[in-house]
Amino acid sequence: MSEFLAMGGYGFYVWGAYAVTALLLAGEVAAVRTRLKNARRAAQSGEDER
Amino acid sequence: MTSINWARYASPVSFFPLATRLARGFGFAAAALAIVGLWLGLVVAPTDAQQGDAYRIIFIHVPAAWMSMFLYAVMAAWCAVSLALNARLSAMMAQALAPTGALFTAIALWTGALWGRPAWGTYWAWDARMTSELILLFLYFGYMALRHAIDDPRRADRASAVLALVGVVNLPIIYFSVKWWNTLHQGASVSLTSAPKMAAIMLIGMLVMAFAAWFYAIAVTLTRVRAIILERERRAGWIGDLAGAAR
Repeated sequence: MSEFLAMGGYGFYVWGAYAVTALLLAGEVAAVRTRLKNARRAAQSGEDER
Repeated sequence: MTSINWARYASPVSFFPLATRLARGFGFAAAALAIVGLWLGLVVAPTDAQQGDAYRIIFIHVPAAWMSMFLYAVMAAWCAVSLALNARLSAMMAQALAPTGALFTAIALWTGALWGRPAWGTYWAWDARMTSELILLFLYFGYMALRHAIDDPRRADRASAVLALVGVVNLPIIYFSVKWWNTLHQGASVSLTSAPKMAAIMLIGMLVMAFAAWFYAIAVTLTRVRAIILERERRAGWIGDLAGAAR
């Protein structure tokens, strides 16, 4: 397992690439979900005003 | 034979439920492919004879770089349709694609830097491939900033579409940069006209990851376009029902 994490001495580069990519994608998914939730709420409350 | 009336889906209200279903399907497919691709790339594929394990960055770098260019092309195509037909759903699709395109561009640059250091001894060089990819990131940012700066969405559609279409000239520059100039960056990894230069398992892992990235982009973009439809069509009568049904 530690051998796997070491990546033959290139662990910093390989995991740095994979970890930042995973964080960015997770962040985008969370941001898009929040945006949809807020848009839905605003659209529904807009209907109540009419 | 039944035929599908595709023009029906040019209207946001009929497109919305379709986008909901498609986003879910492509999201699951992307997750499944990513698991297989990561397993192939990090576990199954052998260590490279020259580069050691540093080459494993290829499994995200190349798919991200492909997507960065492909999404720009798709975005520009939707911009062209929105200008030519004055179709607002097309403009919304372009608007929804931009952040994901910028994200993949940033990932391509970041993973490229982390690969460049062990492979070439430097994180960054102002060579043609890297510089034109950085310009691509600025084109995405410029497109989003211009949209943001114009309050009227229909005017923002037109102005940003023109910007996106002008920026298309950068795509062939990125793609052919490794041929036209002497670049630190290596030539194309995969070519349709010649035999693959890499081991089959590495190529398969990379292609699986490319499909995962593609399906991810489709799922996220369709989810974002749903939000954009709700935001922009707020005053339309049907939007309240749609919001309620949009689980």
